Amino acid sequence: MNKQASEVWITGVGLVSCFGEGAEHHWNVLSGDKAPAPIRDCERFAPYCVHPLPEIDWSAQIPRRGDQRQMENWQRLGTYTAGLALDDAGVKEDEDLISTMDLVVAAGGGERDIETDNSIMNDATSRNDRDHLLLERLPNDLRPTLFLAQLSNLLAGNISIVHKVTGSSRTYMGEENAGITAIENAAARIAAGQSTHALVGGSYNAERPDLLLSMELNHLLARDSNAPVWARQEAGGGVICGTAGAFLVLEAADFARARGAKCYAKIASIKSDLGSREEAATHTRIAAMFDETVGERTIDAVISGAAGSAPITALELAALRERFGADMPIRAFTSLTGHPLEANFPLGVALAALALKNHHFYPPFEQAETAADRQPASILVTAFGSWKGEGVAVVEAV
Amino acid sequence: MSKQYQDHLGRPIIVVTGMGVVTSLGRGKDDNWAALTSGTSGIRKISRFPTDGLNTEIAGTVDFMNAEEVSAPAISYAMADATTEEAMSQAGFGRDGFPGPLYFAAPPVELEWQHRFALMEEQTQGEPGYDRLHRSARADKHENMHSLIQLGTIAYRIADNYGTKGLPISLSTACASGATAIQQGIEAIRRGDTQAALCVASDGSVTCEGLIRFSLLSALTTQNEKPEKASKPFSKDRDGFVMSEGSAALVLETLEHAKNRGARILGTVMGVGEKADKFHRTRSSPDGVPVITAMREGLADAGLEDKPVDYINAHGTSTPENDRMEYNSLKAIFGDAIESIPISSNKSMIGHTLTAGGAVEAVFSFLTMQTGTIPPTINYDNPDPDIPLDVVPNVKRDAQVNTVLSNSFGFGGQNACLVLGADVA
Repeated sequence: MNKQASEVWITGVGLVSCFGEGAEHHWNVLSGDKAPAPIRDCERFAPYCVHPLPEIDWSAQIPRRGDQRQMENWQRLGTYTAGLALDDAGVKEDEDLISTMDLVVAAGGGERDIETDNSIMNDATSRNDRDHLLLERLPNDLRPTLFLAQLSNLLAGNISIVHKVTGSSRTYMGEENAGITAIENAAARIAAGQSTHALVGGSYNAERPDLLLSMELNHLLARDSNAPVWARQEAGGGVICGTAGAFLVLEAADFARARGAKCYAKIASIKSDLGSREEAATHTRIAAMFDETVGERTIDAVISGAAGSAPITALELAALRERFGADMPIRAFTSLTGHPLEANFPLGVALAALALKNHHFYPPFEQAETAADRQPASILVTAFGSWKGEGVAVVEAV
Repeated sequence: MSKQYQDHLGRPIIVVTGMGVVTSLGRGKDDNWAALTSGTSGIRKISRFPTDGLNTEIAGTVDFMNAEEVSAPAISYAMADATTEEAMSQAGFGRDGFPGPLYFAAPPVELEWQHRFALMEEQTQGEPGYDRLHRSARADKHENMHSLIQLGTIAYRIADNYGTKGLPISLSTACASGATAIQQGIEAIRRGDTQAALCVASDGSVTCEGLIRFSLLSALTTQNEKPEKASKPFSKDRDGFVMSEGSAALVLETLEHAKNRGARILGTVMGVGEKADKFHRTRSSPDGVPVITAMREGLADAGLEDKPVDYINAHGTSTPENDRMEYNSLKAIFGDAIESIPISSNKSMIGHTLTAGGAVEAVFSFLTMQTGTIPPTINYDNPDPDIPLDVVPNVKRDAQVNTVLSNSFGFGGQNACLVLGADVA
């Protein structure tokens, strides 16, 4: 996002987290005098906690049962949240606008059939010819539709089918970096005049033993821990995953003005990078990213997507305090919502947009965080991946 | 920017200065081109895993890469590294740095059965299943297994090996991914974000489960008896695609950047068109409008409007529906002229390289222009009378080709069409 031919406005926000659904609902829950208690399930996947899916009537955004059946919860959640964002922007019924809208999705891999996997593993204990076991079981046990629920780009495909967003369609992958790239790409295209309006975001289903396994192979998860994300670092850190969806409608300022759209805020700058997580290299890289995005701007507050894993989350906090001072109000939303990997950065940008629109900042989400003493006009959003990659954005009031 | 470096819309002319390719036909441009122009098929009976009783027992596997293990991520990475090395070397960039970002069309990777079984064996107690796998994971770090199955890993490794700039980007638009990677490079250069971009695509996901999944969608051919004859795009008796592996890498840069550093120019990337389809998860709109729109936008972007191109590198999967839909869409654009534009499907020989297809076929399109040889559509023994096209049947053809339309369509309503040109110099 180098040159800005156009300002990039956030005109629609769709959110689902353990707290429920909707942009306004999230603002109401999160912006009171005191942060809400996080909603966690620490039994089902013990010793890991997850933030669960709230109660949802899928039909409200995915009216056709047939469409719902073609998806599992990751895609349902994304498609549902995308619909919330379109509704919030007031464009859902505008066929001309929707059919030319660019779609940019951050996706992981889709659901497996856990029961089938477990059952095959069970059979495998008494078999040496496991290749043949797979031949016997998989053709009969795999549901054809499950493949489509698995393909990364089929979240975008379902959004096109259900909501008719068909200008263009790209899906980015790579855990947290998928979300960073998605926002960065959509904003860059709008800023450069390559796009006028885009739907961008992602979703994550934390309640999946296969995904928890994927992270735990590298010991990234917090075990038997209920602590908020900064406090968790004292005990070695670790990720607590959270089911969430976050989608934004982004528009070129002129395009939004012409249709009389409301504006939450604008994305003023974004930077992403990846490199060694060794302390000195990380420090240098983060400092350079702050220089490029923040420059001479005054930052009033920080929305952090702190993943929770060591060493990056502790390095992030140190870098933020070094650059912006110990009194800077920093809010790590992952303490409340859990960490929704691909949806992390879209969720952070959405929470910044809500605060800027409401001219107010959130209360501390945990003890280590300082209360805000002024209404924010410029918020830094971070997403430092649990394993690799970092992104930062400055979101400003319009 | 002086006029000589601008395209018809005043944007920087984008050229290709390095290419690499791996398919079931071999490693590198030379081996692939020799096989492709001699009408050789890379499709054979699968030997990687038993296929007894499966409807489909053939594929275009790449079994010669010495990957660190036999798994989709490992094979995909090995191929991506090989094609990137070939492209970078041709473009004159070493391993010490590339002045632009990486756009990588990434295959779907996840934990595979061999990994699940291995993790299961690490514990002797407890019910087999994910709980037990979790206990194995907790007991010991499995850093390499973790790294292999993260969706961003191949791009991270390629970026690290060749020193590309910024966050390496992994993307998927299913079977259009290879074209999308090139499209992203084009857009970044046109935005002025960079003067150069490395676009790579790779797919080595012929696993037992991967094959069965496609088979359950009835997407694959079941003509197992003569594997080399099974992929028969535009033939009357075509009955599905052949799942295949491959990779391609292309170095894109502005003409000005290439000239200033004295690079040899292999061709131009003239334009790209894209349009998403809302009709169905695996099928195109019956009216063909999204596909037609993607092609039209690509031609307009290239400054060709509806003018005939010299050659069309078809998506041509050999499924009953795709080939008919592709013909109908081309007919809608070019009218009767379509019957005299040569069009061939590389997939008749290499099968469908899925994520990699668009990039692999872009490399072959450039080689077509460079060598003046159009590779044939093989296995064209029983023409489909409803698809009256000049498919360059069975034998290569010498022809001067200056413009190519290369089509890529994917599940999820993905349509991306590249318009490629011969050397501008």
